Amino acid sequence: MSAFKDPFDAGTALTRGCSCGHHQDEAEHQADLAGQTSDSELLGNRVVEAAVMRALFPEDAMRRRFLNAVGASTAMAAISTFFPLGMAKEAFAQSGNLEKTSLKVGFIPITCATPIIMSQPMGFYARQGLNVDVVKTAGWAVVRDKTLNKEYDAAHMLSPMPIAITLGVGSSPIPYTMPAVENINGQAITLAIKHKDRKDPKSWKGFKFAVPFDYSMHNYLLRYFLAEHGLDPDRDVQIRSVPPPEMVANLRADNIDGFLAPDPVNQRAVYDGVGYIHTLTKDIWAGHPCCAFAASREFVTKMPNTYRALLKAIMEATAFASKQENRKQIAEAIAPANYLNQPVTVVEQVLTGTYADGLGNIKKDPNRIDFDPFPWHSFAIWIMTQMKRWGQLKGDVDYAKVAREVYLATDAMKLMKEVGMKPPTTTSKKFTVMGKEFDPAKPDAYIASFAIKRT
Amino acid sequence: MNRLMTWRAPLLSLIILLTVVGVWHALTLPKTAAQTVDSEYAALVGAAAATGQKSTFPTPADFGKKIWQHLNEPFYDRGPNDKGIGIQLGYSIGRVLVGYLLAALVAVPLGFLIGMSPTVYRALDPFIQVLKPISPLAWMPLALFTLKDSAVSAIFVIFICSVWPMLINTAFGVASVRREWLNVARTLEVGSMRTAFRVILPAAAPTIMTGMRISISIAWLVIVAAEMLVGGTGIGYFVWNEWNNLSITNILTAILAIGLVGMLLDLMMAKLTKLVTFPE
Repeated sequence: MSAFKDPFDAGTALTRGCSCGHHQDEAEHQADLAGQTSDSELLGNRVVEAAVMRALFPEDAMRRRFLNAVGASTAMAAISTFFPLGMAKEAFAQSGNLEKTSLKVGFIPITCATPIIMSQPMGFYARQGLNVDVVKTAGWAVVRDKTLNKEYDAAHMLSPMPIAITLGVGSSPIPYTMPAVENINGQAITLAIKHKDRKDPKSWKGFKFAVPFDYSMHNYLLRYFLAEHGLDPDRDVQIRSVPPPEMVANLRADNIDGFLAPDPVNQRAVYDGVGYIHTLTKDIWAGHPCCAFAASREFVTKMPNTYRALLKAIMEATAFASKQENRKQIAEAIAPANYLNQPVTVVEQVLTGTYADGLGNIKKDPNRIDFDPFPWHSFAIWIMTQMKRWGQLKGDVDYAKVAREVYLATDAMKLMKEVGMKPPTTTSKKFTVMGKEFDPAKPDAYIASFAIKRT
Repeated sequence: MNRLMTWRAPLLSLIILLTVVGVWHALTLPKTAAQTVDSEYAALVGAAAATGQKSTFPTPADFGKKIWQHLNEPFYDRGPNDKGIGIQLGYSIGRVLVGYLLAALVAVPLGFLIGMSPTVYRALDPFIQVLKPISPLAWMPLALFTLKDSAVSAIFVIFICSVWPMLINTAFGVASVRREWLNVARTLEVGSMRTAFRVILPAAAPTIMTGMRISISIAWLVIVAAEMLVGGTGIGYFVWNEWNNLSITNILTAILAIGLVGMLLDLMMAKLTKLVTFPE
């Protein structure tokens, strides 16, 4: 919780425990501090400054040495020359009217979009003074084009998409931002019921799989999963991009053998007796990001107050959705035809994690889907390593820079705090995918360590 | 005897309809299989999955109930993504008419000019032949990218797909006006504008109308595909949204509605064609 400390004070530690020593832990210290400081704007400034300083000086000791050597005001002036601190702070100022109150936000009808969708019927947008129309869209390519056309002010996207758009992979490069992850976990590998005895992935040679989009966590996770089991995802199986609503129909028609898809598609395949759930993606990578709330950089800079209000609504909804006891209520709100257009029980099974697996068993897994808005920079870096691994991205990439510019962790931290969630203190972390550790500081070594790759 | 003859065809139509519905009913009779799973599990899945089967095609009775439901409430509006089938059809017809009328405004005058000059006709022919067979779905990404507006893109796709039959038919109709009539006009020293409107236009009108009739059918075919892709509103979006929910009964209802509206549009054009046709 070092987000609110003055990063220009050489005496404070940005990354470790309670600095004053009077409190048991950092949270308590912050609560005290927040109580004393009535000026919330100052806090907002601190968050921005802290993030900038952290990005510039990943090692705290170095930052302190630098500050001791040149002094706080010189440092601030020096940094302001190449980073518009003033502007970033301004974007966070609480005051100011909404530039626009009627907004359109696009979504794809899947449970990943839960925070975006539920904010409409459950009034999270209205509470921020926004009148938001959530518009159902046919596919990710259309969502991308409609957001680029500015028909949508913001949209539900797959978390790799803002990176791909910014880098110009698969479209012309346009600076894009992703201020919040919507959901973590919540996807699954579903196989056709006729393959119920072929549970071992090694026997999947020649299978046809569907994923929702080329630039999706689904594609990268499926490829990762297959490659870890010794199958080359480009040579041993066929992976094609199919919009989620068409997946069950295709599975039913035997056009595909299985898919790694967002819910409710997996549960719907079970509901219709067409497939069974083989592996939940949380068992591949526990806590992986999936879908995201995204907006163009232009929207963020031109309408900072509207952007902030919108993001706050999403954050509040995410905080609400992250509580198990609210999930049934959410399922009822988002299942009707205006939103997901699915039977309530299907959505409820996905959100509560008590579900039928398609083979006659009832499974209980409360973490099947979870909601955590924090856009970890290390997520972005992992996604870029996979883009490189499978040949979508060629040449050298400044991983950390792209991650920082697209995944707006600073904004998320500030707003998570405001809505009563506990934001993490760093923007990068190590995690393991199928037992293998990923170190965001060494992306190239990570890519090189894989046997099956296209580099 | 004569009265019997006139009733014979409708009677046959009715018999065909009843046979189709009967076969449909027989094929989709619900199989009474025993539940293969415990009831707690059965509550979580669909009725078919509980008996170890895939979900089945709806029966004619289900279909009838669905149609009744839509007829009772064709114009409901429950938010931007859930509107009644009547409203959706309205959106689609609106889009078709705008795109189609724009196409007519361009195609008929242009076709007229092309038809009057054999050189222009031959010069433009290769372009028309290449552009004519392009599928609406192929135009869509291009339209979205360049026009930067999905509503305009949908109308553009209607326009571009319905323009060609009208253009070709107008040009053909104008080019094949009988030589003698033009010669008579020339000997009577009729001005060229007057020739165009008083001789060529009436003579070519039936061919032009045939082109317009083909075009309206094409426009109606195209709108469903375009709306499935762009989404938002319209009958194509309705089909896509119900596909999302795997609701075959709703999709069948939409198919029936699309067919009926298409037939009405075609009938209208057929009536108009009759108005401008004259016996020689």
